[in-house]
Amino acid sequence: MESSTVVAASELPVAHESRIADHLARHALLVAPVVILGCGLVRGIDGAISAAIGLALVALNFIVSARLIGWAAAKSLTLLQGAVLGGFVVRLFALTLIVLGLEQFSFIDLPVLVLTIAVTHIGLLIWETRYVSLTLAAPGLKPGVNEREPKDKE
Amino acid sequence: MHDLVIAAQQAGELKAGLQSIGAGIVYGAAAIGPGIGIGIVVGNAITAMARQPEMAGPVRTTMFLGIAFTEALALFGFVLFFLAKS
Repeated sequence: MESSTVVAASELPVAHESRIADHLARHALLVAPVVILGCGLVRGIDGAISAAIGLALVALNFIVSARLIGWAAAKSLTLLQGAVLGGFVVRLFALTLIVLGLEQFSFIDLPVLVLTIAVTHIGLLIWETRYVSLTLAAPGLKPGVNEREPKDKE
Repeated sequence: MHDLVIAAQQAGELKAGLQSIGAGIVYGAAAIGPGIGIGIVVGNAITAMARQPEMAGPVRTTMFLGIAFTEALALFGFVLFFLAKS
């Protein structure tokens, strides 16, 4: 029983968190023109630059989080707990340090930067959750499945 | 007159200091809840993976999204911290 648990931990099925993070980053790229243009129109060039940096930070945060979970889960389940909780603290601390550092630059619009980080984080997650819940609950409803089938038949 | 000017300066410094302390408390308090929440999410995910290792993939996917949603709560504190500071 014990050995099977150890084997199971090291032979976990391929996880999709990295794919989800890449997907989130791709979605961030898709919404980037709209967000940057909107912030640019409301707050000027500083707002546009801050929004772009905010989006990049959100995408980077997702990617780092996913890679960390993937790495820790491949090692052991115990490490996973530590890595996720430690990763949360470290990433939040790093994000704060980065924003505090960026605050010194004159071209940074701080309210736009922090609001972009929070709003796009939630917005991208809601978008991704819809996709993932469809994929997990009903693989047949996965977006893009129906479009691919006719080509497979040919 | 000179005393009044000094008092006004000290009041300004006091206000700035209290603002910084308040921002720090907001950030710290906002990070506690998500920390507990992430602990619960990961703990339950590990239990699920230990019970059903074959379901580890979907469990990890759901766990990742759960962690990210919980982390969004900390970002509210993050936003308030910087807005209160500026």
